[in-house]
Amino acid sequence: MKRWLPIAVLVLTAGWVASTLRPPQNAGDFDLVAFGRLPVLVNGRLKPLDTVARTSLLVLQGRQRVSDPTNPVPLVATPDEWLADVLFNPAKADAYPTFRLSATDSPELLTLMGLTDAETKITYDSAVMRTLAVADFVPGTRTRFSFNQLQPKLPELERQAQLAEPIDTQVRTGFQKAVIQLRDRVILYQRLKHSVQLPDSPAFLSEIVRFQQSVPAGVTAVRARQKGEAHDEAAFKAMLAAAQRYDDMGKFGYLLTVPPDAGEKDLTAWKTAGNTLLETFETGTVNPNVMAYAALGAAWRNHEAGQFNEIVRLFREQLGKRFETQLLKSDVEVRFNAAEPFYKGIILYALAFLCAITSWLIWPEVLAKSAFYLVGLAWLLATAGIITRMWLEGRPPVTNLYSSALFVGWGSVALCLILEKIYKNGIGSAAAGMVGFITLIIAHMLSLSGDTLEMMRAVLDTNLWLATHVVVVTTGYASTFLAGFLALIYVLRGLLTKSLDKDTADALTRMVYGIVCFATLCSLVGTVLGGIWADQSWGRFWGWDPKENGAVMIVLWNAIVLHARWGGLVKQRGLMCLAIAGNIITSWSWFGTNMLGVGLHSYGFMDAAFWWLIIFVASQLALIALAQLPLEKWRSFKTA
Amino acid sequence: MHPIVKQFRDFFVALKLTVVLLTLSIVLIFWATLAQVQLGIWGVQEKFFHAFFVLEKLPGTSIPVPVFPGGYFLGGLLLINLVAAHIYRFRLEWKKAGIQLTHLGLILLLLGELFTSLLQVESNMRLDEGETKHYTESYRTAELALLDTTNPDFNEVVAIPEAVLADGGSLQHPKLPFQIRLGEYYPNAGLQMLPPGAKTPVTAGVGQTVQLVPLPLTYKQDERNLPAAYVELVGPGGSLGTWLVSTLISSPQSPPFLRSTQTFTYQGHTWEIALRLKRYYHPFAVTLLKFTHDIYAGTDIPKNFSSRIHLRTDDARQDREVLIYMNNPLRHAGLTFYQAGFDNDDKTTILQVVRNPSWVLPYVSCIMMGLGLLIQFGFHLIGFIRRRSGTN
Repeated sequence: MKRWLPIAVLVLTAGWVASTLRPPQNAGDFDLVAFGRLPVLVNGRLKPLDTVARTSLLVLQGRQRVSDPTNPVPLVATPDEWLADVLFNPAKADAYPTFRLSATDSPELLTLMGLTDAETKITYDSAVMRTLAVADFVPGTRTRFSFNQLQPKLPELERQAQLAEPIDTQVRTGFQKAVIQLRDRVILYQRLKHSVQLPDSPAFLSEIVRFQQSVPAGVTAVRARQKGEAHDEAAFKAMLAAAQRYDDMGKFGYLLTVPPDAGEKDLTAWKTAGNTLLETFETGTVNPNVMAYAALGAAWRNHEAGQFNEIVRLFREQLGKRFETQLLKSDVEVRFNAAEPFYKGIILYALAFLCAITSWLIWPEVLAKSAFYLVGLAWLLATAGIITRMWLEGRPPVTNLYSSALFVGWGSVALCLILEKIYKNGIGSAAAGMVGFITLIIAHMLSLSGDTLEMMRAVLDTNLWLATHVVVVTTGYASTFLAGFLALIYVLRGLLTKSLDKDTADALTRMVYGIVCFATLCSLVGTVLGGIWADQSWGRFWGWDPKENGAVMIVLWNAIVLHARWGGLVKQRGLMCLAIAGNIITSWSWFGTNMLGVGLHSYGFMDAAFWWLIIFVASQLALIALAQLPLEKWRSFKTA
Repeated sequence: MHPIVKQFRDFFVALKLTVVLLTLSIVLIFWATLAQVQLGIWGVQEKFFHAFFVLEKLPGTSIPVPVFPGGYFLGGLLLINLVAAHIYRFRLEWKKAGIQLTHLGLILLLLGELFTSLLQVESNMRLDEGETKHYTESYRTAELALLDTTNPDFNEVVAIPEAVLADGGSLQHPKLPFQIRLGEYYPNAGLQMLPPGAKTPVTAGVGQTVQLVPLPLTYKQDERNLPAAYVELVGPGGSLGTWLVSTLISSPQSPPFLRSTQTFTYQGHTWEIALRLKRYYHPFAVTLLKFTHDIYAGTDIPKNFSSRIHLRTDDARQDREVLIYMNNPLRHAGLTFYQAGFDNDDKTTILQVVRNPSWVLPYVSCIMMGLGLLIQFGFHLIGFIRRRSGTN
């Protein structure tokens, strides 16, 4: 029975993972899955509407589910349904609580937006829920609000944002940061609403049909007026008003929904619906793609599922051959979004960690093996996820902070799998579970700032260097962290449990030493490769830029660990303490340098991350201090 | 061996010294990274890395006190430590080959950094579309230039470095028919219209209607110091006048009242006086044909910057078009030209120009160190695997 248990764990979890690979299903009659697969161009990248929906929700409110705390059923079944409402039926979407605004972030902002206790307090109907709310098991206050709730105070928000804007991002107060963040969220939401129709138009399809009919007469009137001849004043004014409306729509629209014209060679030359509508003045007919989206809107509002599904099908069909590869990518991306391999990975790593540490206390073989299988499965999942992302983007694995978090986790876990294969004592799995879990959580936090498959800025746009320097140096980060986490296991196990016998301690020492050697190699070669990239691109090898300094600090630290060990300055325990200090240095190089205000990443997250960094550093220092306790105090080394 | 010599040797070959130096280096780098927020990248390099000691002023005074070893000090000691340890411990053994190769590579890398800091010259070339230039300009150092522009085909130039201006005093140059008396010098100063009734020591040129406002030195990366000075020219027959010179005067980016050049005639020759960014003249000319700035559709994210330029050497041996774009610089005559920026509504390109004669050292040392570590850890790994297969 004990032999079969690990296999059973593997089969069960693998089955669970496989179940998420099924194609997503529609909840109702509307084919929202096909709708979510339609490609649009945003931020320079052609991506499915599904991705737009998910990343927009993450940016607006930090999660993909749209729900009300008092209602156990979500308000919309999928992010795609939410996006359909925003695009086509904004009156309905305006009532969804999708703007995150919490008292813990900035209480002043709540006051500014006129949200008093009456709005924020949640009153549950059931007595059970009320009790739970008191005990903080369910939220007692609302943290997400609807556009309708914010609207009365939007002019004041804009005024405050304009006051805060001239101030350097680093010196803005919490309130100012929150103001700008909320203002940007409102703008994003408003831009979404202007993407395929004008939100103030009760029936946009009829509006543009009427517009098309009026264009010939209108253009005649405008020309006549320009020549100073007699003209139809009403037709002229109608044209002017239409031009103004569609110009605003074109400027404000967020999604580029209209594919390039048939003759256009540049397949990225997509346009906004508003700008395309302005072309009607020349062509005389409204672009069929604009018409198609407007018709989708009408079908959505009138609950005509058959019509909606048919328009989606036709729209996709006409993109057809020309965008074959893009459509394939867009389909795969939707499946990838739905499968959420990295979320699954978080759960698997956590389970593996629990199994592995429990294995040191009871059922060593069964649990260690189960942990190993779980780690292996999670790692395969992460590998598949990273490869999919690479294919979607056409890039090496690390292109931004988010993907570096994925890769650091992936690399560390790969090393752990090797260690576990050699030593079979659960240590590799425990470290893998811990590092995998933490890096995926960090990745998740980073994904809150928007699309993670962003386009590369010009200077970074070279695959050769991204593939060599960035990958090697990130592997250096990963292995330095791993050495640190192995050392943490040594200290915690030795201090708190009796399970750290001499063999295990020696094995851990060899692991840490081996990983530090590997880390030295990777961080050194990676750093120097970075210098060579700089020389190739800018004619200078080294510039003392914060990120470069961070990388060289890791190299130096690893060199210190090795030299201290070779020179006999440290023994087992000292090595462990140095390795833990390596965690501090690596976390500084990875995130701290980005907080100096030279990074390209969202200050919103980096601000919160600053406190996490401080907490992390403090915890590592505390563990180093704890490790200084005399060995007789360590439970594992107590003689008696 | 004499005990003192032995003590010296033991000190310099000790691994303990290595560890201490490496630790101090980490502290130095960390501190410098933090200081960059205030001082900017140039300031940090000068204060922390290209210095023997980090100097801090005593609070309330301007007396500098060394508070921490600087880059030269630590790097130098590390170099001595490395070389000494190698000579002392050197054994011709395969097992040591990896370590020795790595450290040799490191020595080369440190030397390379030293040479770079001593020999590297960075300047930039700012070109409007259609413009041709024979020279590049320094980023931060200025020079006082006196140009004899009488001959329309060429100018005779006498340039005085900024450092000399700061010293003050009088200067005499064989090519100049007059003496230069250096007045007050300001390393950073703004210029504004002279308010009515205000006095100025200037008696000639644009400066007569301009007021000088001294500013504190800036270290920000996107700001420049704007030096200015009062300069009097004195001929045998007495003073020719006092000019205000500043890098703001006759710069096309300045407000209109400062844009004109300062010229005067003396003994039948036309002269121009200007404080300008230091120029490096080259035996070739670069013309900007077209600057292109692509962005991703529907965004402001830059996709590519590129400058199509024409390069022509004075001996006419080279006469060709080159496209310089991100990660693809032009290397010519020991100089690297790379796309650094743009201005003026995408009509002007800014090329960074670097001369770094020791550029090849990091490449060699990178290969040596990478190979060395591979050999060293490879031996470890093989030994480890052998031991394990022995015990099992």
